[in-house]
Amino acid sequence: MAINNDRPIPTQSVGAQFHDNARMSMRDVNIFYGDKQAIFDVSLDIGQNEVMAMIGPSGCGKSTFLRSLNRMNDTIEGCRVVGDIAMDGQDLYDSKLDVVELRARVGMVFQKPNPFPKSIYDNVAYGPKIHGLAESRVDLDEIVESSLRKASLWNEVKDRLHQPGTGLSGGQQQRLCIARAIAVNPEVILMDEPCSALDPIATAKIEELIEELSENFTIAIVTHSMQQAARVSHRTAYFHLGRLIEVNPTEQVFTMPEHELTEGYITGRFG
Amino acid sequence: MQASTLLFIVIALAVFGYFSGYGRSLKVAKPLGSIRHLHSLPSYYGIQTAIWCALPALALLAIWQLFADTLIHSYLMAGLGELITDQADYNLTLNRIINVASGALPATGQSDYVVAAAAQLNSIAAIQKWALTILVLTLCSAGGLWSWRRIAADFRARAAVENVLQKFLLACASLAILTTLGIVMSVLFESIQFFQTVPVSEFVFGTSWSPQTAIRVDQIGSSGSFGAVPLFTGTLLISAIAMVVAVPVGLMSAIYLAEYASPKFRRSAKPLLEILAGVPTVVYGFFAALTVAPLIRDLGASFGLNVAAESALAAGSVMGIMIIPFISSLADDVITAVPQSMRDGSLAMGATKSETIRNVVIPAALPGIVGGILLAASRAIGETMIVVMAAGMAANLTANPLEAVTTVTVQIVTLLTGDQEFDSAKTLAAFALGLMLFIVTLGLNFLALRIVKKYREQYD
Repeated sequence: MAINNDRPIPTQSVGAQFHDNARMSMRDVNIFYGDKQAIFDVSLDIGQNEVMAMIGPSGCGKSTFLRSLNRMNDTIEGCRVVGDIAMDGQDLYDSKLDVVELRARVGMVFQKPNPFPKSIYDNVAYGPKIHGLAESRVDLDEIVESSLRKASLWNEVKDRLHQPGTGLSGGQQQRLCIARAIAVNPEVILMDEPCSALDPIATAKIEELIEELSENFTIAIVTHSMQQAARVSHRTAYFHLGRLIEVNPTEQVFTMPEHELTEGYITGRFG
Repeated sequence: MQASTLLFIVIALAVFGYFSGYGRSLKVAKPLGSIRHLHSLPSYYGIQTAIWCALPALALLAIWQLFADTLIHSYLMAGLGELITDQADYNLTLNRIINVASGALPATGQSDYVVAAAAQLNSIAAIQKWALTILVLTLCSAGGLWSWRRIAADFRARAAVENVLQKFLLACASLAILTTLGIVMSVLFESIQFFQTVPVSEFVFGTSWSPQTAIRVDQIGSSGSFGAVPLFTGTLLISAIAMVVAVPVGLMSAIYLAEYASPKFRRSAKPLLEILAGVPTVVYGFFAALTVAPLIRDLGASFGLNVAAESALAAGSVMGIMIIPFISSLADDVITAVPQSMRDGSLAMGATKSETIRNVVIPAALPGIVGGILLAASRAIGETMIVVMAAGMAANLTANPLEAVTTVTVQIVTLLTGDQEFDSAKTLAAFALGLMLFIVTLGLNFLALRIVKKYREQYD
């Protein structure tokens, strides 16, 4: 269905954008690709151990916004971020900040499972190795095992740790990527439509996993599935044409949306 | 009529056939309403007619040209009967008859039977020319007429044309393969002949190479020794030096171009690098012989080393420069083909760019890179001009890159240049060497293609 452009797009977001115990806080963020602006004046807090879902129609800029949280946009030529993005009060776009260290603290899981063409073990051990997290082989084995356990993949792969990660099924590959991300013990995990390439059973497993992970990690997840947002998240942010329209506790967004655009999207009038 | 004239007539008839077929299909379509009611477009009917006009006639023409002379000659010679028994005598007499018949040789002074045979040849030739003309033209018009008459609304001309086209393409493809096969066969048979005089074991394992043989029976001289090991080691040495130069430089430049360089720089730098592959090898050859070899010799002398004027090092390093683009271009392609998601995955873990390249991109691209290196190696092994000019001719069995060595290709060149006897072991040795070279490079190419193919299946 086409987006109804007759309705005015507000410059102000509605709802509870701010959080008392904020892990990451974004203020007046604008993102540009060359001359084209993708994100307009977004202000948002993501709380400690919170699962924040970002929903919205395709091309609304939610993935762009997510990628700016660990500066993955740096790899895209011509991408420019204006505004404040801070984590625990530290500006992420400070020129003195070490982007390598930032990405170790803010992990990311991508849309399509992207295991390295290495063994399952080496996939998980990759991060700990480059950050020197393991003193010995025993340490490394331990990290690999606990990460795979946290990603609820251990029982499926413990007998074939040294076979290629690319040989796993799609859902297993995605859990391997999650294990890989949590192996460096990040504080925040960004997930960019982590289930869009998976079947319903694998999706259910990942959703279950997200719930478990939220005990230890702060999670921001971009998703196309509103049911998924409703199931896994604590708060939901609705994006529309590069603007943040509404942020509210998930239950409220899906039962009593404050903004008519949000309502239109969740009731399926467009999207 | 001359064959070339005949060819033009057939082509002209085929063009005429096209238009008449086209016209007839339109005429067939007229009472039906429009060409919509024909099975195929009118041009297909035209092409169908043209094909039937030209193809059988041309095939007959080709076959006739290939075999008619041989048949006539053997018929003539059979007529001479027991007069000729020896093979050499046979060819000589035949040539004499042909020359007398064409008037290149005056008939006076030739034996009677030669003059008679020449007269017979002339009369047969006249008859066969007429027969050919009549047959070809008949076939041409009969084929065209037959297919012209077949044109009807439900005749599936499109399928028929597609069918012929497919067979034509197949014929083109097989031509290339058959040529390769022909080369292999000719090399193989000559080699077998060589191995009848020199045992295979001596050739493959012998360590002394000195192919000079006595030409006359009573001549005093060496009987030749055909141990090819020094040539193999020389080839290996030079190729190894070339790879030592080319692999690091090629790989690093590929990594720079694919991962670090700006698109603009890459666009201009890559073709520039590829120019290296386009420089004629003979230019590299005199660059190696006149610039690099003396440079290395002087450099060695300043360190107190004794370097030959023509050294393996000079030839090998210049050859290395020549094959850089083979490696860099292929490696660049496979590195660019590594999906961005791999790099993103690594970068998102907090890896730096060089860690990402080292740990993820290169391992993922490795099979393709190895494929490129093997292709470059087979190129290095087969390279001739640089080594002829810069590596010398002496078949030394050595691993010292500062000495002169010779390679398989250089020996083939020296064995076959100038006037040679084509049945002496010396000349035939060139074919045996060629066979070895062919086997090795074929093996390397095969291996390289297998590796590259395997790599393609990796991410899906």
